[in-house]
Amino acid sequence: MNQIQTPDSTPWSRIAQRPQYQELLRSKRAFILPASLFFVAYYFALPILVGWWPEMMKKPVFGPVNAAYLFALSEFFMAWTIAYIYVQKAGKWDEQARQILAEESSKPSNH
Amino acid sequence: MTPAIWMFLAFVVATLGITVWAAKRNTGASAYFAAGRSITGWQNGLAVAGDYMSAASFLGISGMIALYGFDGFMYSVGWLVAYLTVLLVVAEPLRNAGKYTMADLLAYRLSPRPVRAMASLSTITVSTFYMVAQMIGAGALVKLLLKDISWITTNTAIVGVGVMMVVYVVFGGMLATTWVQIIKAILLMTGTIFLSALVMKHFGFSFERFFDAVSHITYLDSKTKLEVTRNFLEPGMKFGDAATGGIGKWDLVSLGIALLFGTAGLPHILVRFYTVPDAKTARVSVVWAMVIIGCFYILTTFLGFGAATIIRPDHIVTDNMAAPQLAETLGGPLFFAFISAVAFATILAVVAGLTISASASFAHDFYSNVIHHGKETDPNSEVRVARITAFVVGGVSIFLAIQLQTVNVAFLVGLAFAVAASANLPVIVLSIFWKRFSTTGAVAGLSVGLLASIVLILVSPSLMGIDPPEVLGTKRHLIQMNALFPLTNPGILSIPIGFLAAILGSLMRPEPEAEAKFEELQVRAQTGLGAETASSH
Repeated sequence: MNQIQTPDSTPWSRIAQRPQYQELLRSKRAFILPASLFFVAYYFALPILVGWWPEMMKKPVFGPVNAAYLFALSEFFMAWTIAYIYVQKAGKWDEQARQILAEESSKPSNH
Repeated sequence: MTPAIWMFLAFVVATLGITVWAAKRNTGASAYFAAGRSITGWQNGLAVAGDYMSAASFLGISGMIALYGFDGFMYSVGWLVAYLTVLLVVAEPLRNAGKYTMADLLAYRLSPRPVRAMASLSTITVSTFYMVAQMIGAGALVKLLLKDISWITTNTAIVGVGVMMVVYVVFGGMLATTWVQIIKAILLMTGTIFLSALVMKHFGFSFERFFDAVSHITYLDSKTKLEVTRNFLEPGMKFGDAATGGIGKWDLVSLGIALLFGTAGLPHILVRFYTVPDAKTARVSVVWAMVIIGCFYILTTFLGFGAATIIRPDHIVTDNMAAPQLAETLGGPLFFAFISAVAFATILAVVAGLTISASASFAHDFYSNVIHHGKETDPNSEVRVARITAFVVGGVSIFLAIQLQTVNVAFLVGLAFAVAASANLPVIVLSIFWKRFSTTGAVAGLSVGLLASIVLILVSPSLMGIDPPEVLGTKRHLIQMNALFPLTNPGILSIPIGFLAAILGSLMRPEPEAEAKFEELQVRAQTGLGAETASSH
């Protein structure tokens, strides 16, 4: 099994009960869940539009470039944008996690 | 000797040099399996991109776009967006909770032996399908490229690739495999950018002229033998109602599901996150990979549409050769040699990456933890077993690739993605997010997901169908019966089946010990407390 490098007395449950930790989980969930739903919906909009409404997607928008190609291209920018926002948020979460771990190691037996 | 051989030999010599250098630094298991967790974010990003941009993407996608226009581009879209699943859901918890393999995450709070045994089986299955596909591709590529040299045949090419990958993995471990991947990714990007630039130069660097040409391509239709003019930007040439009788749009959705959820279950991508020092670097490397992979796939439009307009679909020899052929037309024999050598290097690097993930899983999951109950008396024995496994995996895949060399390559890669999405992804996700997930659930999810995807492919139109007697050889279906499952990609059904099996198994046999450890896993996954750190030696 995994050798956990910290000793057996690792205070997992104490951290889990900290309000800051609960706040970290809430904050992560509040972004990751809607962001995931959004990108899945955005992604499947393409095959669904192309498959069921091909005539609409064949309409030229810029010169010969049609809606289907533009939508497909926009998927790339959608993915990059979500990744960018995620990294920005994750930087804050890293900071929160660092604080939680620092507090835990400075006063290990406050319960 | 042709220039292609010289360029290929230069790549081989350079990568062997890296292997020698890496072999000197390989001391201990963490160095061998995880490159000492010393790889930086951008390096790992290139390596992840390298592992992902296989011959199937470079040769396959540009060929698909060249023949089917927009519908081929649909693959590219799915392959990039899939990285959001990796970034948002899998990469960081996996890095924080595991050591060398995907199974580490599952075994954290579940009963390790059954879970590791199944996860190892599924890892080796996915890697083998993927690897055999790459090696068959290598054989076919070499046969086409070097047809004037008599001793180079499909079989010698397959054996050559097999021997090289064993050398990288046995002597160089993860460090050598990672650097081979990085170099190959740089070469592939350089070649792709240069070839795209040549395509644009052909159109006087005017996007207007380029897209105008793409929307009016005149060629001889291969079925009707009549000259047709088609707009290659329009969807429907491969998946449309006219081409497929209405089922194609469902196939497109099913393919999308398999791509979106399969990537986060590919073992050779997942092991990459153990080579970096911490979860933050894992995250940075996914972002690097997304930038590189995204640019690469956007450029495949230029390669594919370029081949469609400049060579024309009726003059493309085979779909997998569109990109090298375009290079020859626009850049002459030397550039053709470069692109061919890059394609070959791509296969070699991807095959090495697959071998190390399969042998790490066998050595770490099966040998150390299932047979030896996780009591490692000698950590070096794990590395020794992995090296022996690499030999065996190399031998078996050389044998399989030679036996199966007529099987369609895209079908084998599709199988790998479908198995990864249906067997691996459900158990990874449930393990991270669902407290009541149990050992029975994991074993059920892995085995039912594996079985469902393989069975659905066996009864799909890829393998089942009734051919008229004049269809011969590789074009004939394996089973001469009407397909029982209408779609070529099983994802739309097999992924829900995988999830359902994992959930039902957990509900039927709850596991209080696993529930009790959920909190610990969650704290570790979300804060990185207790995660494996970079080795000091």
